[in-house]
Amino acid sequence: MAKIIETQDLAVAFAEGDDHNIIFRHLNVSVEKGEFVTLVGVSGAGKSTLLRVIADLIPPYEGSVKLDAAHDPTRRPIAMVFQAALLMPWRKVGDNISLGLDGIDVSAAVKKERVEWTLELVGLAGYEDRWPYQLSGGQRQRIGIARALAVDPAILLMDEPFGALDAITRTGLQDELLRIWQETHKSILFVTHDIEEAVYLGDRVLLLGDKPAHIVNEYHITVDRDQRRESEEFLHMVDEVKAGLLAAMALSNGSG
Amino acid sequence: MKSSTRYFLSALGLAGFLLIWEGIARSGLLETYLLPPPSTIPAALFSEIREGFWQVMVVASLRHYTVGFVLGSVLGVGLGVMVALFPRIEASQAWLARVLRPIPPLAWIPFAIIWFGITETAAAFIISIGIFWINYFTAMGAVQAVDKDLIEVARAFGHRSFPALLRKVILPGAAPGILSGLRAGLGQGWMTVVAAELFGIQGIGQRMIEASGLLATNVVILYMFSIALLYGVSDYIFVLIQKRILAWQR
Repeated sequence: MAKIIETQDLAVAFAEGDDHNIIFRHLNVSVEKGEFVTLVGVSGAGKSTLLRVIADLIPPYEGSVKLDAAHDPTRRPIAMVFQAALLMPWRKVGDNISLGLDGIDVSAAVKKERVEWTLELVGLAGYEDRWPYQLSGGQRQRIGIARALAVDPAILLMDEPFGALDAITRTGLQDELLRIWQETHKSILFVTHDIEEAVYLGDRVLLLGDKPAHIVNEYHITVDRDQRRESEEFLHMVDEVKAGLLAAMALSNGSG
Repeated sequence: MKSSTRYFLSALGLAGFLLIWEGIARSGLLETYLLPPPSTIPAALFSEIREGFWQVMVVASLRHYTVGFVLGSVLGVGLGVMVALFPRIEASQAWLARVLRPIPPLAWIPFAIIWFGITETAAAFIISIGIFWINYFTAMGAVQAVDKDLIEVARAFGHRSFPALLRKVILPGAAPGILSGLRAGLGQGWMTVVAAELFGIQGIGQRMIEASGLLATNVVILYMFSIALLYGVSDYIFVLIQKRILAWQR
C-alpha cells in the first residue's frame, strides 16, 4: 500500500527567548492510503503538535512531512477536526461547513451540494440555517466533522474530536465516523487519550512516548470491526495497549 | 417579569417623577424660574418651533454630533484595531495613550477655538475626542479577545492571508465589542454636544445659555428633554441595527 502521510525525522521546536524548546525529534510516522490510524500516548508528548505540523499550521524544526495527495483544485488535501468543535458563531451551520470551500475552485451549486451531502453524512440534514448556539455539543462536533468532510480531503486529521463529549454521544459518533470512513475511503489520523476508542476505531494504534517523543510501539488491530465493543479479543487488545502506555509513562517519569 | 408589566412600571416611574415635580413646582415653595413645572414645557416647545429656533438648533446640533461621531468612531475603531493587531504599534502607543487619554474633551476647547475658530468644525472636533477614546480602547480590547483557536481553524481551512483572516475571523469576532463601543460613544457624544456649543457655536447648547440668561428656564428644560429624546431615538435605532448584525448571538 502507498503511504499518504510520511514524516521523515520530524522535529518540532518552539522558540523560547533565544533558545528552543524541542517538543519532539526524529519522529517517523506514516499512514497508508485509506488507513485509519489512531495515536495514543503519554500526555505532553506532542500528539496535537504532530497533527498541526502535518496540517502545515506549525513549521517543522527539522525533517519533513511528505503527503501523497493528488492536486485537485476542487478539494483540499487535508482537513482537520478539533477537540472543541470551534465553529464560527457568526456563521450559520451551512456557512460553517463551507468555510473551507471559500477560496477553492467550486461553484455555488457544488458548494450547496457539498453542504447538503455532508449534513446528511453526519445525520443533521436540514440544519444549514441554524446558528451554532442552537446546537448541542454533540451536534456541534458533527458540524465540525461535516466542515472537514466538505472539502473532500484525502486526509482527515482528528485531534481528540470526541474528548469533550458524554459517553453515549461519543459512542454514537464513533460508529458514525466508522461508517463515514467506510463510505468515503478517507485516510484518517486520529489522536485520542482514550485507549478503548483508539483500539475500537483504528486499523493500527500508534503509541507515542516522550523524552524524546518517539513511536514506542504500534499495534495492528486484527479484531473484526463488528466484534470490537465487547469480545474477549478486543478487551485483550485494549489491555495490551494500556500496558504499553503504562510502561512508556514509567519510562518517561524515570528519565525525566 | 412579563414584558407588559415591565412597560407599565417603566411608564409609571416616569409619570410619577413628572407628577411629583409638577406638585413641587406648583406648591409655591419655589419661584417658577427656579423650577418651572413640566406642564409649561409644551407651550415652550410650540413657541420655539413657531419662532423657528427649535428646528434650527436641533439640526445644527445633529450636524456637529454626526460629524463628531463619525470622525471619532472611524478613527477610534480603525486605530484601535491596528494597535491590537500589530504588537509594535501597540508598544509605541502605550505611553502616548496614557498621557492623552485622561484629558477631558472639554479641556480641548481652547485649542479647538485657536485651530478652528468659533466654527462647527471646532464643535465636531471636541465631540469626536470623547468618542474616539471610547472606541479606541473597546476596539483594541475586542480584537485582542478574539478566540485564537478560531484563527487557527480559519488557517487550517485555507484562509491564511492577513486580509482573509481579518475578514473571516478577526472583524466578525470583534464585532460585538466594537459595536458596544460605538453605542457607548453614541451616548458620550450627546454629553459633549451641549458643552461644545456653549462658547457660541449655533446649536442646542448655545440656545440653552441664551435662555438661561433670560431666566426662561422652561426653555432650558425643553432643550434638556430634546437632548434626551435625540439620544433615545439614536440609541434605539442603533440597537435595532446592532441586533441585526449580531443575530448570531443568543
